[in-house]
Amino acid sequence: MDWQAFTLTLRLAAVTTAILLAVSIPLAALLILGRSRWLAVLEAVATLPLVLPPTVLGFFLLVLLGPRTAFGRGITALIGHPLAFSFDGLVAGSVIYSLPFAVQPLVAGFAAVDSSLLDAARLLGAGPARLVFTVLIPLARRSLLAAAVLSFLHTVGEFGVVLMLGGDIPGATRTLSILLFNQVENFDYAAANRTAAILLTLSVFALAAIYMGNRPRGGRRA
Amino acid sequence: MLDLSLDTRRGGFQLQLECRFTSDWTVIFGPSGAGKSTLLRLLAGLDRPDRGRISLDGQTLTDVSRSFHLKPGRRQTALVAQQPALFPHLSVSANVAYGIHALVRRERDSRIAEMLELVDGRDLVNRRPRSLSGGEAQRVALARALAPLPRLLLLDEPFSALDGAASDALLLRLQSWLRAHRVQTVMVTHDATDAYATGAEVALLREGRLADLGPAAKALAAERDRIVARLSGS
Repeated sequence: MDWQAFTLTLRLAAVTTAILLAVSIPLAALLILGRSRWLAVLEAVATLPLVLPPTVLGFFLLVLLGPRTAFGRGITALIGHPLAFSFDGLVAGSVIYSLPFAVQPLVAGFAAVDSSLLDAARLLGAGPARLVFTVLIPLARRSLLAAAVLSFLHTVGEFGVVLMLGGDIPGATRTLSILLFNQVENFDYAAANRTAAILLTLSVFALAAIYMGNRPRGGRRA
Repeated sequence: MLDLSLDTRRGGFQLQLECRFTSDWTVIFGPSGAGKSTLLRLLAGLDRPDRGRISLDGQTLTDVSRSFHLKPGRRQTALVAQQPALFPHLSVSANVAYGIHALVRRERDSRIAEMLELVDGRDLVNRRPRSLSGGEAQRVALARALAPLPRLLLLDEPFSALDGAASDALLLRLQSWLRAHRVQTVMVTHDATDAYATGAEVALLREGRLADLGPAAKALAAERDRIVARLSGS
């Protein structure tokens, strides 16, 4: 068991999930509450990673964050090291790659909140932030749980973006998915089985948490 | 005093109004689809008209020509609709407190008690909305709307779930409280009895146009004559 890869994967997923929720909650609220037709473009951009091959996204990010672009040089100057092939780079890539998995459940959850409740809150003086924190989030908490779990799992299982952007550096960018790939490449199927079992167990428990959270107390037909 | 000069289109429906409501209790009376609820949403600031201006006691609430639109929460306007729209995750007292969270605790608690007393809902204070009957929920919605002490109260058939006696008693208390606090009220109804009983001034709305505006007896007599004429085929 490679505990280093295990803890790195959990740390990456936890940090990514926290950042994704911080970004996705206001973004989803903007998509639901905003009136501008340009928000459709924003929603399309936020959904793009869902259909873009991970290797393509990883390649674009690698180029963008590398020394050939002004953006990449600026980031390097700002944080003191290149983002590519570092844990921070993995976090940046994971946030972009998993963005739709956080935004989409939140948009669906916020959209399902009765609009008359939003009208009532507006009339009682609630601004956008108060609307989000006192009406949308409490009434869409199951969607919030789904967004958190899906973001976490998607980050735990990602491979293409991680490999393109982070390579395979033990302790820095080698996640469980990369470890599994290495083990299979080295024909170490016993170790690969253990790694795969950990990933599978994580996924089953996390998905069970979503379904338990979404299941009505008296059952679905209650 | 509420001044309206409105022109707005929603799908195939057009609402065009040019009028002034001077009474402290105006009833908007008309059949379904006449534009009553659309008008209330425009007054509340939840929707914007295509053209026109709304002002309350000389203060502009909306002026399309100047691209001016005061946000709903800044109009000191309350709206109580047929559906109470109580926040289901909050208790009755937290619902009533929602619009007065900026008050200090003692003042807030006292206002909540006053409002629940007004709507005869003292015993509901810790209940959750899902445990309330339709009438109780409407009374709590009214308490919540009045708690911030609005200048303009908009009522969209708010007593539909109350039985006759409870509705009459509440109405009497409410009218007295509104007079004391100088709150102008605009109530929408399609029930002529409500219009007679409550309206000092009745605005008769038909197909998005103002058909009549005046004392209840006069405006409703004109409507009665029109219906009789239509039924008798003359």
